[in-house]
Amino acid sequence: MANMSLKKVPMPEQDPNVRNKNFEEVALGYTKEMAMEEATRCLNCKNKPCVGGCPVNVPIPAFIEKVAAGDFEGAYEVITTENALPAICGRVCPQENQCEGKCVRGIKGEPVGIGRMERFVADWHMAHAKETEVNIDKNGMKVAVVGCGPAGITCAGELIKKGYDVTVFEALHKPGGVLSYGIPEFRLPKDLVAKEIESVQKLGVDIETNVIVGRSITIDELMEDGYKAVFVGSGAGLPRFLNIPGENHLGVYSANEFLTRVNLMKGYKFPECPTPVKVGKKVAVVGAGNVAMDAARTAKRLGAEEVYIVYRRSEEEAPARLEELHHAKEEGIIFKFLNNPAAIKADENGWVKSMEVIKQELGEPDASGRRSPRPIEGSNYDLDVDTVIIAIGQSPNPLIRHTTPGLDTQKWGGIIVNEETMETSKDGVYAGGDTVTGAATVILAMGAGKKAAAAIDQKLQGK
Amino acid sequence: MYKIVKKQTLNQAVELMEIHAPYVARKCEPGQFIIIRVDEDGERVPLTIADFDREKETVTIIYQVVGYTTELLSKKKEGEYVQDFVGPLGQPAPLHKCDRVIGVAGGVGAAPLYPQLRKLAKMGVPVDVIIGGKSAEFVILKELFEEFCDNVYIATDDGSLGTKGFVTTVLEEQIKAGVKYDEVIAIGPLIMMKNVVKITKEYDIPTMVSLNPIMIDGTGMCGGCRVNIGGETKFACVDGPDFDGFKVDFDECMQRQGMFKEEEHQCRIGRGM
Ligand SMILES: Cc1cc2nc3c(=O)[nH]c(=O)nc-3n(C[C@H](O)[C@H](O)[C@H](O)COP(=O)(O)OP(=O)(O)OC[C@H]3O[C@@H](n4cnc5c(N)ncnc54)[C@H](O)[C@@H]3O)c2cc1C
Ligand SMILES: Cc1cc2nc3c(=O)[nH]c(=O)nc-3n(C[C@H](O)[C@H](O)[C@H](O)COP(=O)(O)OP(=O)(O)OC[C@H]3O[C@@H](n4cnc5c(N)ncnc54)[C@H](O)[C@@H]3O)c2cc1C
Ligand code: SF4
Ligand code: SF4
Ligand code: FES
Repeated sequence: MANMSLKKVPMPEQDPNVRNKNFEEVALGYTKEMAMEEATRCLNCKNKPCVGGCPVNVPIPAFIEKVAAGDFEGAYEVITTENALPAICGRVCPQENQCEGKCVRGIKGEPVGIGRMERFVADWHMAHAKETEVNIDKNGMKVAVVGCGPAGITCAGELIKKGYDVTVFEALHKPGGVLSYGIPEFRLPKDLVAKEIESVQKLGVDIETNVIVGRSITIDELMEDGYKAVFVGSGAGLPRFLNIPGENHLGVYSANEFLTRVNLMKGYKFPECPTPVKVGKKVAVVGAGNVAMDAARTAKRLGAEEVYIVYRRSEEEAPARLEELHHAKEEGIIFKFLNNPAAIKADENGWVKSMEVIKQELGEPDASGRRSPRPIEGSNYDLDVDTVIIAIGQSPNPLIRHTTPGLDTQKWGGIIVNEETMETSKDGVYAGGDTVTGAATVILAMGAGKKAAAAIDQKLQGK
Repeated sequence: MYKIVKKQTLNQAVELMEIHAPYVARKCEPGQFIIIRVDEDGERVPLTIADFDREKETVTIIYQVVGYTTELLSKKKEGEYVQDFVGPLGQPAPLHKCDRVIGVAGGVGAAPLYPQLRKLAKMGVPVDVIIGGKSAEFVILKELFEEFCDNVYIATDDGSLGTKGFVTTVLEEQIKAGVKYDEVIAIGPLIMMKNVVKITKEYDIPTMVSLNPIMIDGTGMCGGCRVNIGGETKFACVDGPDFDGFKVDFDECMQRQGMFKEEEHQCRIGRGM
């Protein structure tokens, strides 16, 4: 008889008032006992609705069965047939919209804690597994991957296992993409990201950092150099701004700049690490997605006294993962929903001193089904802040499309692909992840990388 | 890791390095720059490509020791390595054929100006240059410019070399004397470029300037380098660093460049420099 508890086995977390001052991981993960107990909540449904909710079709009930039996290595093998980075997905997937969103146990009570168990299994494997030698028969063909984010890493990992020589070209000095420069340490420890990357390097993937494709070398030149195919996983790194007056004042950052200073450049260790980051006493973060939550919680940890999330829609529309919203609230972030920035004002030295905000009300649902906000006339007020962080989204960087003739893109910059094969309009060039979809999720980027690897293999083997 | 194949001191505060960087050397053009990280955990710092050698696969940088990172770099010796060196970044300078161009360089601005004027000279354009510095020892690259410039003018604040005064004084003298320039290229401190533009606007001579806002990634990812060009926000690292001087909001640039002044100071103290 299954465990019919309506609630997930709770996962231990650092106390909110302790963790909002440090950069250690917030959620501490299940113990063996907790994982095995949570596993007994799964009904092993025949039609597996949960699997349908997972973009890469992790065989969920099959791995949970192994967890229940205490066979964690076995569970790991099951998960990694479909998902190469479970320690990361277990932590950052928006499970409530994916696997757990479809779980039958969620109809009454909480769904099975699939993400938590996935994380546990991956962490267990990292701590206990022995290195296994892999022997791959090389096929003598080489493939290039542009960008070392989740899409690129996954594509490279799949191709190397199929016998290709794979080189990943990464613009920054560190691989990982958003996993390294965007998502903060307290949510995704960088050691863990480094280990996942090392594991593909151990398989033989060559990662060349400091190479900006389009500038250091073009896609056409890669083809001339003998790469039989190129996968573009360059992400959506271009920050959007609000285009309101005062956006260039001192103390206004894009979330990318703020998070990059802290994560990639270790600004939280300033001055031991020389890249500075300035956080005022009162910080307004504009937006309510994962990026906004990360920026707000980072600002709090760096010593800001009051941190606001300013978002023009209501809480219901906030795109962040539920857990992040919940954690942000616990940590004392102040939410200003239905508030839209109109201008940023500065003092006589050019430093931000306040943000003018207009209150909003929700109108009729628009084409996307979301109720769109409209301003309430005369409701403007000034929010006292000395730092503003803009987190309203990113689009693909134009560099690749500007330097690759024959590559068709959408008006907003996304690379156009055949969704079955991830082939672009240019022969031999494939693309996937945020550069195709616009800012999305880690697991979708991985799924795209995997699909492309399969298609590249098929094409090159003449199947 | 990238090897320092040559190092040379140009004056007490300015040094030159030639660094082995095949990707950059293969494709770079005048006007572009690189980002360097001296060591693990180091800061990313942009420097102009002063010269390059496609065969030896090397890139030359000329830098002024002004703060923490440039000091750290200056401690490195010939034969040693720097951690990261990425590029070429930015747009190549928009150089075109015309009857005469004058370059105006302030301090270390002579370094980025040098490859631009040399390329123009190679294209057959007659070029002049004004090099400015605090005093004689801060005037750099004079001999290199003399190889291809018709006229090399010098201006120093204290008059220890050339005209006593600013580069702008010399520029205005030449224009008033009737020398006809089709274009001015000014590279140096923001205040210098601002003042050059003040003059060239008056005489309606198109002027390109090179902006050096604070940068991190240099690929268009952070937006920290944003500058206001004719009322539009541009990212200097991808859209620049060269812009039409008439359109630049210099006052905003100057303000933004000072954003981390206190921290730059604290950084040197914090690390005992
Ligand atoms: C702060 C933040 C928090 C997030 N939180 C979550 C979350 O909780 N859950 C979730 O599922 N998703 C989250 N996301 C979204 C998720 O991280 C992305 O959807 C995912 O990383 C996309 O993967 P990618 O491989 O397509 O691109 P990226 O991760 O962006 O990687 C692209 C890589 O390509 C490199 N590159 C770009 N151009 C070039 C070039 N020309 N040459 C060479 N290299 C290049 C970049 O430097 C980068 O390393 C978050 C994003 C951010 C910014
Ligand atoms: C496109 C571009 C090309 C450049 N080319 C050259 C060059 O050829 N030679 C040269 O000597 N200098 C050049 N600079 C300026 C050079 O990057 C700075 O002098 C250097 O970053 C100072 O670092 P620091 O740690 O030694 O000094 P800090 O103590 O950090 O700062 C000293 C001064 O440098 C400025 N600065 C600090 N960090 C940056 C940064 N990341 N980007 C830009 N400016 C910064 C500060 O505003 C301050 O005025 C260029 C800058 C840009 C943006
Ligand atoms: S990969 Fe993500 S969506 Fe799929 S099962 Fe794991 S946590 Fe759920
Ligand atoms: S839907 Fe839920 S209960 Fe059913 S198999 Fe999937 S995880 Fe288990
Ligand atoms: S330096 Fe980051 S966008 Fe230009």
